[in-house]
Amino acid sequence: MNDATFLARTVLLGVPLYLLLVVVLRGASAVVKHAVAVVAGLGVAALLVLVMPPGSLSYIVTFLLMGSVYAVITLGLNVQWGYTGLFNIGVAAFFAIGAFTSALFTTLEPTGAMAAFTQQAFGLGAPFWVGLLAAGLVAGLLALVVGSPTLRLRGDYLAIATIGISELVRLVFQNERWLANGPQPLRGLPQPLSCLTSSNGCSYLPDFINTFFAPLSPRDYPYVYVAIVALVLFLVYMGLERAIRSPWGRVLRAVREDEDSAAMSGKNVAAFRMQAFVVGAVIMGIGGSLYAHYVVAIDYGHFDPLYGTFLIWVMLMLGGSGNNRGAVLGALLVWAIWTGASFLVDAMRPTLASISPDLPQRGPYIRFFLIALLMLFIVLYRPRGVLPEEKVVSLARD
Amino acid sequence: MTEAPSLSRGRAFRRAASTALSSRWSLVALLALLAVLTVVFGALEGISGSRLLGLTVRGVLLGGVLALGALGITLVFGVLKMANFAHGDYMTTGAYLGLVVMALLPAGAPVLGLGFGYEFVVALIVVMPLTGLVAYGLDRITFRRLRRRRAAPVMMAMAALGLAFGVRSIVYMVFGADFTFYYQGAARPVVELLPGLRVRTDQLFILGAAVVLIILVYLLLERTKIGKAMRAMADNADLARISGIATERVVFWTWLISGALAGAGGMLYGLDVQLRPEMGWWLLLPLFAAVILGSIGHVYGALFGALVMGIVWQVSSAFVNPAYGPAAAFVVMILALLVRPQGLMGGER
Amino acid sequence: MSLLTVEGAVSGYGEMQVLNGVSIRVDDGEIVSIVGPNGAGKSTVMKLVFGLLKPWEGSVVFDGQDISGLAPERVVRLGLCYVPQVDNVFPTLTVEENLEMGAYILDEPLKARKDRVFELFPRLAERRRQRAGKMSGGERQMVAMGRALMLDPKLLMLDEPSAGLAPLLVDMIFEKVADINAAGVAVLMVEQNAKRSLELAHRGYVLAGGKNQVEGPGSALLSDPEVARLYLGG
Repeated sequence: MNDATFLARTVLLGVPLYLLLVVVLRGASAVVKHAVAVVAGLGVAALLVLVMPPGSLSYIVTFLLMGSVYAVITLGLNVQWGYTGLFNIGVAAFFAIGAFTSALFTTLEPTGAMAAFTQQAFGLGAPFWVGLLAAGLVAGLLALVVGSPTLRLRGDYLAIATIGISELVRLVFQNERWLANGPQPLRGLPQPLSCLTSSNGCSYLPDFINTFFAPLSPRDYPYVYVAIVALVLFLVYMGLERAIRSPWGRVLRAVREDEDSAAMSGKNVAAFRMQAFVVGAVIMGIGGSLYAHYVVAIDYGHFDPLYGTFLIWVMLMLGGSGNNRGAVLGALLVWAIWTGASFLVDAMRPTLASISPDLPQRGPYIRFFLIALLMLFIVLYRPRGVLPEEKVVSLARD
Repeated sequence: MTEAPSLSRGRAFRRAASTALSSRWSLVALLALLAVLTVVFGALEGISGSRLLGLTVRGVLLGGVLALGALGITLVFGVLKMANFAHGDYMTTGAYLGLVVMALLPAGAPVLGLGFGYEFVVALIVVMPLTGLVAYGLDRITFRRLRRRRAAPVMMAMAALGLAFGVRSIVYMVFGADFTFYYQGAARPVVELLPGLRVRTDQLFILGAAVVLIILVYLLLERTKIGKAMRAMADNADLARISGIATERVVFWTWLISGALAGAGGMLYGLDVQLRPEMGWWLLLPLFAAVILGSIGHVYGALFGALVMGIVWQVSSAFVNPAYGPAAAFVVMILALLVRPQGLMGGER
Repeated sequence: MSLLTVEGAVSGYGEMQVLNGVSIRVDDGEIVSIVGPNGAGKSTVMKLVFGLLKPWEGSVVFDGQDISGLAPERVVRLGLCYVPQVDNVFPTLTVEENLEMGAYILDEPLKARKDRVFELFPRLAERRRQRAGKMSGGERQMVAMGRALMLDPKLLMLDEPSAGLAPLLVDMIFEKVADINAAGVAVLMVEQNAKRSLELAHRGYVLAGGKNQVEGPGSALLSDPEVARLYLGG
C-alpha cells in the first residue's frame, strides 16, 4: 500500500481509537487525556495499518464498528436499567424499529420491476443523518406509547410487558409485507459518505478532503463508517455523562435507589421514569440506524431476542451497570467474546465434524450457548460486572 | 381544616367508584365486554357464529395446553417468588426429549382412532419426570445459589434468560433449526362434535390429558402433605421454616412438578402443532399473559387465565392474521392490568 | 438444670447490634415473661433462641443441648416451638391445614393432636375448614398458637400474643396461656402488655437497651414502683 492510502486509512482508523480512548481513560485532566488519546490513537492506528495483513486489518475495523454500534445500544439500556431501574427485556423492539425507520426514510420506494420483489410503506430517499434522527424519534415515540400503560407495573410484570412489546413488534414487521418487506429483507440502504471512497469523491465536500481520501477504494468504506459510528457513540456518551451529573440525572438515581422517598420529596416519579425510558429508547433507535446502514440489508432475523436483547444485557451486566463507561467497555468486551467465539468454533470444525456431520454448520448455535454460559457466569460469579458503579459526582449547584 | 361537604362527598364517591372499578368483578366485566364486542364485530365482518364457536372450542383445547405451562410458572412463582423465564424452553426440552424417547421405542400402530401410537404415551410418561429433574437440576446450579445470596430479582431474571437461551441453543445444536413433527405425514383422524364443528381426535386426547394432569395437581396440592407444604411455603416461607417444614424438599417437589407439567405441555403442544426450537419461547408470552391475568402465584387464576388466553388466541385469528394470536393475548393482558393491576385473584393492594 | 438458658447473648441485624449481653433462664413448667420498652430487644431474643438469628457472642442451651445458631427446622424437633408476632398463620390454608403444618415433621396420624388443640380452642373446632386468612385477629392468634402446640413442645415461645387484640380477647388469650401451662408446657413470652403478662408469669425479666435490667418473680416486678416507673410506663 502506498503512503497516501496509508495516511487516509490511519486517519480514519485513528478517529474511533482516539474517541474510544477518551471514553475509556480515567483520571488526569481533560487536556492530558485528549493529548494522550490523540497520540496513542493515531499511533496505534498507524501501527495497525502498517503491520497487519489486509484481512486481519479489515477484521479489526469491522470489530470496532460493530462493537461501537452495540455500545450505543448498551448505553441506551444503561439509561433505562442502570440509572432508573427499568427492567426492559424488549430492547430488540427499539433497536429494530430504529433500523427499519432509518431504512424507510433513506431508501426510495421501488418502481417498475423491482416493485414486485420489495414492498415498503414509504421511501423518502432522505440523507443518512435524517434517517438517524428519525430512527431515534420513532423509537422514542414507541417508548412513549408503550410506556404509558406499562411503566407503572411492578418489576416482573414490566419485564413481561417489554417481552410482549418486543414480540409484537417482531410479529408486525415479519407479517406486514407492505410495511418493510417483511419477512423478506429490505435492501439497498445508503451508506453515508460512501462517495468518499468512490473515484469522484463527494460533491458537497471541499476538494482537499476528496483528494486526501482519493486513494481509498470502495472496499475501504468500513474505515469511513467506523469513524462515523465512533463519532455518534462519542456524542451519545458525552451527552449522557453530562445528563447523569445534572439535576435530572440525580433524580433518576434517587428514583432507582428509593422510589418512595423520591416521590415524597415532591418529584413526579412517573414522569421521570417515562423520560428515562424514552431517552434510552431514542438511543437504541439511533443504534438501530447505525446498524442498518452498515449491514445495508435488514430483515427481522437480525433482531432475534438473542442478538437484539439478550446480548446487550450481557454487555451491560459484564461492564457493570449504572455506569456509562462500563456499558461501552462491556459492549466491546462481549463483542470481542462473540466474534472470538466464532473463530473458536471455526477452528473446532474438524472436532465438531467428528462428533456429528451436522454440527459444523450449527456453529452459530454453539455461540448462543457460550454467550448464555457467559451470562450465567456473570450472574453467579461477577454480578457487579467488571467495572462496578463509580461514585458519580454531580456538577455543583442545586 | 375540614373541607366543604360537597367536596368530601365527591371524593368519597370517586373513591367508591375507584374501588368498585378495581374489584374482581370489573375484570370479569371487561372480559365479558370483550366477548360481546367480538360477537358484534364478528357479525359486522360477516364471520359466522359457527366459525366463532369452532374457534372458541379450539381455544379451549389450546387453553388446556397453556394451563399446563401456566400452572408450572405459577407454582414456581408461588413457592420461590420468581418469574421463571426459562419455562417456555423447559417445554421445548420436554417436546424434544419426547422425540428422542420415541425414536428409541419401536414404532407401534396408532392407538384406537387417534393419530399416534403407544410410543407417544410412553414417551409422555417418561419425559415428565425427566423434565422435572432437569428443571430441579438447573435450579440447583443457578437459582438456588442466587437465593442463598438473596440476589436481586434482576439477577434471577437474567439467570432464567441465560438458562432459556442455553437450553434452546442445545436443542439447536442437537436437532438443528428446522421444524419437525412427531408423526410425519401420518393420518390425523377427525371427529365431528357438532354439525360443522370438527376437531382432531388427537386434540381431544390432548385436552383430556391436560385435564387429567390438572386434576392430579389439584389433588396433590389439596390432599397431600407435600402439596399443603407447597401452599404453606407460598403463603409464608418464614413461617414454614418455623413450623419445621423441610423447605428444600418442597423446592425439589415444586421444580419436579413444574418441570413435569412443562414437559407434558411441550409434548402435547408439539403433537398438536409442530416441534421447533423456538416453540417454547414463543409460548412464553401467552403463558405469562395467562398467569398474570389470573394473578401470578394463584393456581386457580392460572387455570382461568390459560382458558381465557387460549380462547383469545384462537378467536383472534378470525379477525387478524393467525400469527398475531399471542399478541392478542398480550393486549388482553395489558387491558386487564389497566383495570386491575394485581390480576384476578390478587388481594387488595 | 434449666430447660432453656440464654447466656450473655450479643446479636443484631446486619450491622446493627440489638442485644448487648442478655441472659434468660426458663425452668420446666414455668411461665416466664419478658417485658420492657420498645426496641429493647425482646423479640430479638426470641428470634435468637429459635435460630432465626445467629448469636455473635454468648450461648443458647435447650434441654441440655447447645442450640446456638441452630436452624429453626432443627430447633423445632427438640421440643421448642415459636409463635411470631405477625404473619403467624398461613392465610390461604384452612385452620385444620395450618395445624397439620405445625406437625409437619411427624409421620403419624394427627387426629389425636388436632383434637387436643380443638379442645383447648373450641372456637377453632367449629371453623376447622375455614381459611385462616379470613378469620378475626383473636381467632388467628388461636390458630397460630394451635399450630405451635401440635408438636407437644416442652417450651412454647410467644411473641406478643395479645398484640392488637381487644381487651376481652386479651383476657381469653392469657387464659389459654395459663391452660397450656397447666398442661405442663413451659412458656416464654414477650409482651407489651406488661401488667397482664407479669400477673400470669412465675418469673419476669425486664429488658431495656438490649440488656437485662431487672429480674424476679412476676408479682414482685409488678408491685415494684421503680420498675413500673422506669420501664412499664407507670
